[in-house]
Amino acid sequence: MNVIVCVKQIPDPALPGALDGATNTLKRDGKLILDDSDAYGVEMALQLVDAAGGGEVSIISMAPNGETAGMRTALAMGAAKGILVSDPALQGSDALTTAKVLAAAAQRLGGADLIIAATESSDGYTGTVPEQMAEVLGLPSVTFAKKVKIDGGVLKADRQTEEGYDEVECALPALISVTAGVVEPRYPSFKGIMAAKSKPVEEVTASDLGVTPAGWAGAGQKVTLVAQAEARQAGEIVEDDGESFGKIVAFLENLKVI
Amino acid sequence: MAINSVWVFAQVTNGTATTGTLELLTKARSLSSNVTAVLGGDASGIAAQLGEFGATKVYATGDLAGKLPGVAVSGAMKAIIDGGDKPDLILFPQNYEGRDVLARLSVKLNKSVLTNSIDVAVDGDAVNATTPIFGGNTLVTTTFTGEGPYLVAFRPKSFAAEASGGAPAAIAAAAVPDLGATGGAKVTAVHVEESTGPKLDEANIVVSGGRGLGEADKYAMVEELAKLLKGAPGASRAIVDAGWVPYSYQVGQTGKVVKPSVYIAAGISGATQHMVGMKGAKNIIAINKDKEAPIFGIADLGIVGDVHKVLPKLIEALKGR
Repeated sequence: MNVIVCVKQIPDPALPGALDGATNTLKRDGKLILDDSDAYGVEMALQLVDAAGGGEVSIISMAPNGETAGMRTALAMGAAKGILVSDPALQGSDALTTAKVLAAAAQRLGGADLIIAATESSDGYTGTVPEQMAEVLGLPSVTFAKKVKIDGGVLKADRQTEEGYDEVECALPALISVTAGVVEPRYPSFKGIMAAKSKPVEEVTASDLGVTPAGWAGAGQKVTLVAQAEARQAGEIVEDDGESFGKIVAFLENLKVI
Repeated sequence: MAINSVWVFAQVTNGTATTGTLELLTKARSLSSNVTAVLGGDASGIAAQLGEFGATKVYATGDLAGKLPGVAVSGAMKAIIDGGDKPDLILFPQNYEGRDVLARLSVKLNKSVLTNSIDVAVDGDAVNATTPIFGGNTLVTTTFTGEGPYLVAFRPKSFAAEASGGAPAAIAAAAVPDLGATGGAKVTAVHVEESTGPKLDEANIVVSGGRGLGEADKYAMVEELAKLLKGAPGASRAIVDAGWVPYSYQVGQTGKVVKPSVYIAAGISGATQHMVGMKGAKNIIAINKDKEAPIFGIADLGIVGDVHKVLPKLIEALKGR
């Protein structure tokens, strides 16, 4: 069984984000790391391939400046190879273009039995790329999967809903997006980290994939105003002296909620 | 461009239209007098309600027979548009089904999407959507260019749902076309997670716990406090990822957006990802050991202290009332 995992390499979420003054798109020129949300998909893929008794996990990613640091983390966890799409013409690409690019990268790998993505990235969080990719590839999809297994060539997943969850069965090949916490991602071993350095990552451009980059101008939308939101003011801050619970009680009483 | 026709992706739960649907219809009718709801399911029970909030018409697919709404409803929408009824703007709720339908339709129409928005306005010829970024510190206005339909998803509670007293929406059948391979997923069982007390995103009081609780079984304090206050328990992503509580408890960018009267954050430092989901609360109480924690920057009452000491005393005090 072959599985492709889509991963995003993002600026460290612990650092404050910033917009590029010229294009009003997210600045992504610093060091990038593997989006935490993607570690779950990588782990899920490795477990499914293990359970199937054969096959491999491939990683695809789109990032500026030939960045592979985040992909290497996925390779260190156990993925076999990867494709990085890196092309200045793709800067400012919207979710639809990203989906087309990743779909073409998946096709370059010859497709897979299963494509896995996170539900949304931690930096842009548009949250539509996996489902858009499935549509581009003409695949069925199960989004927001929180439990996944393959049983007799059929994917069986529990899909998060507003009220609870649905059990869903899906023919393969298919695409799924997995929620955080779906599995416990392994830490790359030292051996894995060393091995990842020599695993093949093919770097391609949009035109290698036959995708015409729409870029920012082609997105059908443009940012016309960036403003600071009205900031919430901090209120009273007190050090707990053992009696501070009384402050909370008084606060709630004052609001007449107790 | 002027907005002549607006569609709303409508959802139904327990036989009534969801609050999110009514919020979007309320907004839609302020933009156009020609508002159409599109529903994956049977509309006969909710046509009156949809009309009351502004829809003049509802396209309904009828029972989806286990098909997932993402492929089925987007397919039906595309068929209607190809048939000549083309809206200028389609509003989606930012939730599981809303995002799936939006995503599939965007590919079918080759149109960009805008998600996580909180407002949309027509200004002369421009259609502008407002989207908060960086945890809501910054508001970005995006103007759509070119021809519609413009596709936008809105966070829950972006608009207040208000009835306008309109006549029942006229029901029109929307056929789901042959989905081919994309229709390969089927729902085989539906599970409703029973929860006592109010729903997280509707509760007047929300008590959330985070990593500061230290270990999974300490979350019981959060549940007990929520119960005492007749509120709902919530959680930060950190403890959902750690498996302490189910994903449905998660408040934040990747979880639920809550706007209660009172939000109590216990042992939550206030990562951007979390604050996005709760900074709309009217009153925020934060308890955290680290006085530098970002959560104190937005708290109306901040207690710098150990949740393991403060919460039990608070619970005792409330029990004694």
